[in-house]
Amino acid sequence: MSDTRDPGDATGQAGRTAAGASAGDDPLLRVEGLTKLFKNDSGFLSWLTVDRDADGVPVTADREWVRAVEDVSFEIRRGETLGLVGESGCGKSTLARTLLRLIDPTEGDVYFEGDNLAELSGEALRRKRKDMQIIFQDPQSSLDPRMKVGPIVEEPMRAHDMLDDEGREERARELLSRVGLDPQHYNRHPHAFSGGQRQRINLARALSVNPDFVVCDEPTSALDASIQAQVLNTMRRLQEEFGLTYLFISHDLSVIRHISDRVAVMYLGEVVELADKEELYENPQHPYTQALLDSIPVPDPRESETRGVLEGDVPSPIEPPSGCRFRTRCPELIAPAEYDLTDAEWAAVRAFTRRVVRHGFEMTTQADLEAEFFGDTRPGGPAGEALDRAFVLLERKEPDAAADHLRDSFIEPSICAREQPSYEVDPEYGDGRHFCACHLQRDEELTH
Amino acid sequence: MTDPILEVRDLQTHFFTADGVVRAVDGVSFEVYEEEIVGIVGESGAGKSVAAASIMRLVEDPGEVVGGEVSFKGEPIVEFEETEAGTRRPTDAMLSNREMRERIRGREIAIIFQDPMESLNPVFTVGGQLREFIEINRDVGESEAREIAVEMLREVGIPEPRERLDDYPHQFSGGMRQRVLIAMALSCEPSLIIADEPTTALDVTVEGQILEQVADLQEKYGTSFIWVTHDLGVVAEICDRVNVMYLGQMAEQAAVDALFHDTRHPYTDALLDSLPRPDRTVEELRPIAGVMPEAINPPSGCRFHTRCPDAREVCRQVNPDARDVSESDERPHRAACLKHEDVFHEDYWSSPPIDNETDSGFAVGRTDAGGSGDE
Ligand SMILES: Nc1ncnc2c1ncn2[C@@H]1O[C@H](COP(=O)(O)OP(=O)(O)OP(=O)(O)O)[C@@H](O)[C@H]1O
Ligand SMILES: Nc1ncnc2c1ncn2[C@@H]1O[C@H](COP(=O)(O)OP(=O)(O)OP(=O)(O)O)[C@@H](O)[C@H]1O
Ligand code: SF4
Ligand code: SF4
Ligand SMILES: [Mg+2]
Ligand SMILES: [Mg+2]
Repeated sequence: MSDTRDPGDATGQAGRTAAGASAGDDPLLRVEGLTKLFKNDSGFLSWLTVDRDADGVPVTADREWVRAVEDVSFEIRRGETLGLVGESGCGKSTLARTLLRLIDPTEGDVYFEGDNLAELSGEALRRKRKDMQIIFQDPQSSLDPRMKVGPIVEEPMRAHDMLDDEGREERARELLSRVGLDPQHYNRHPHAFSGGQRQRINLARALSVNPDFVVCDEPTSALDASIQAQVLNTMRRLQEEFGLTYLFISHDLSVIRHISDRVAVMYLGEVVELADKEELYENPQHPYTQALLDSIPVPDPRESETRGVLEGDVPSPIEPPSGCRFRTRCPELIAPAEYDLTDAEWAAVRAFTRRVVRHGFEMTTQADLEAEFFGDTRPGGPAGEALDRAFVLLERKEPDAAADHLRDSFIEPSICAREQPSYEVDPEYGDGRHFCACHLQRDEELTH
Repeated sequence: MTDPILEVRDLQTHFFTADGVVRAVDGVSFEVYEEEIVGIVGESGAGKSVAAASIMRLVEDPGEVVGGEVSFKGEPIVEFEETEAGTRRPTDAMLSNREMRERIRGREIAIIFQDPMESLNPVFTVGGQLREFIEINRDVGESEAREIAVEMLREVGIPEPRERLDDYPHQFSGGMRQRVLIAMALSCEPSLIIADEPTTALDVTVEGQILEQVADLQEKYGTSFIWVTHDLGVVAEICDRVNVMYLGQMAEQAAVDALFHDTRHPYTDALLDSLPRPDRTVEELRPIAGVMPEAINPPSGCRFHTRCPDAREVCRQVNPDARDVSESDERPHRAACLKHEDVFHEDYWSSPPIDNETDSGFAVGRTDAGGSGDE
């Protein structure tokens, strides 16, 4: 549709405001089952071969697949900002690059304005790309230091044969002022600008071809707080002025809360929860989202007592845990159905199992361990027998065998290790869809 | 209150570059008491790292500590005297480089850097490096040092520490490497640890784990910390007292609760206003206008006057030092701002206001490097 627009209408003052973004429209972008695996034979990732897997077992997997993004589906509505948040390495940038087809997906489809990008030929895809721009994290390296600011902003227009020289320059100057820079800076080199200003140049460049959709991959992560606020405000204003749709990627939950309309949380290559912003922050359902929210430091000393701590490390994406990928760290891992345990008993068993599996022991005595982990909550029955066996193995100084035994008895049979979760939640805030990949929702559905 | 273990008075550290003198730290004073965590917070380029390095006497060329005093448990780490010619020279009592190396660094004051690979050698095992460090600094034999190393790694939360001694640094995740450095710093039971943004590059969950561990260890060993960060969330969480730096100088110094809830300096105020919050939706962020000027050519008067929403003409002329502006029944609360007229006695309130553009438009200043006139 942008093709019918006058590209000379540099700033889109008229018409294309966010008002066009009424809900119920077809989504601007739809991602279905998107998957990207990387072949792990490149040298720079070779450290992964000596990493340990989820349960602390060394992984010796040379030419294996890095499961960077797996089976991700969502929609982005016209005019909205979808925030994508997750820890380093969870696959945010890979997802962004795959959905823009800067790299080919291993599986899955991306529909932009109704067209499947995979089915578009070279030229048609190229034209579509004009409507989808990306801004990267590092404002330093994404700007060619030898070029002047004006030509940098004009570059995408040249690539897409937009306007003539004069028109492009006029538009570049206009855009510079739109992003809050002095149009006089047209002839300056990027080094003469601060980080926040370089990010504005990036914005101007991305907007030059009048895109509908802009992927912002950590655009403010390298900036100081006071400068970040300037850039975030500018991005918001431009969104309204240009009727833009954003996919905004960040590891910073505060920034995501500020900028987004809806939020997707990623963990180890998968989207684990997706909901309207207010719903996600005020009624988070996935234990990982809850842990993330708990662990952010709040800039207020009167609120700081509440910070929670998530145990363990993110497992390797080469052999991610079966079932729910968060299960190796989840504080709420569900007890296997075959044991009849109280919550307190299961909490003790889970803590003990994690400890043996993760850390190993220098065995003290059984009595000490019993006291430390179980006190008077020691379960009997089949669970008790499984624990007895583990203690015997620990006593025999076979901690690995004990770990295996506990894993087989208490983790593998859990639904969390056996089935991939995918549930819909009744939202408490607003009426948007609330997706949550956690089996705890199964109980909710049963009791409703 | 007892005497501080570290006292910094009017510290000045400058870099003598081809372009001129960079006044990275320009008259900074603060102190650290026993068993407390003191924050140094400020934006990039404020001089936090240079201040930290100066205390350890680790400033590299072309930088030099050119003035002020640093005294640690009464010993002069930095001390100057006037010569007859009117220049400054280090006093005879000032600790020699050798004394710094052999008695102070590592043993009494340890430092943890933002990038752990700066301190860990990639070609030696983690256990080997830790053991050697302990051997040298604690005068123990190899096997005892090894045991201490295992114990310290366990303390900082490394799983299966004995098995991991023979791993190389690249086999550890970023968070684990940072834990190793904390283990190393703690292993000699120093009185003071200077941590320069040790968790800035880490994910929040990992940062949370490490901060919790540090709080526990701090309690157990009674170590004092200087915690350098730009993250006010981290400051709120772990610091007892906070120093806010702006462009080489102290803007505000207060107990953590007072800094956040009884803010006395416009810069701190503006910084807090510019933050998006994790715990509530902030509709409108209020950024600070412009950028921090370069330390090579700082503004006249109050260094914040080019961006300060409360700036008045007098702020262009007078550069306030951080003075106690607390009420008589409060803990000391220092602020370098002329608004506190009863303390600074400049006619602030009758001076005409300066209109600093708060919009993020053209008024956004260029960096100084931009003055190359290529247009
Ligand atoms: N070209 C590649 N070859 C092999 N593995 C890759 C490649 N690019 C990324 N990966 C791996 O894919 C996973 C996801 O990486 P990605 O860069 O998408 O994460 P991210 O969420 O953007 O992280 P960050 O917050 O650090 O930017 C990581 O384990 C990464 O090491
Ligand atoms: N080797 C050097 N040569 C010249 N100037 C330097 C040098 N090292 C630091 N500076 C300058 O000293 C000032 C303070 O730098 P410093 O590294 O202490 O800032 P900081 O507050 O630690 O910032 P950040 O948050 O980015 O780490 C800056 O203006 C910097 O450019
Ligand atoms: S599915 Fe199980 S392991 Fe995964 S988040 Fe839910 S409770 Fe935790
Ligand atoms: S002295 Fe003036 S410019 Fe400086 S902080 Fe106070 S009011 Fe602002
Ligand atoms: Mg990324
Ligand atoms: Mg620094």
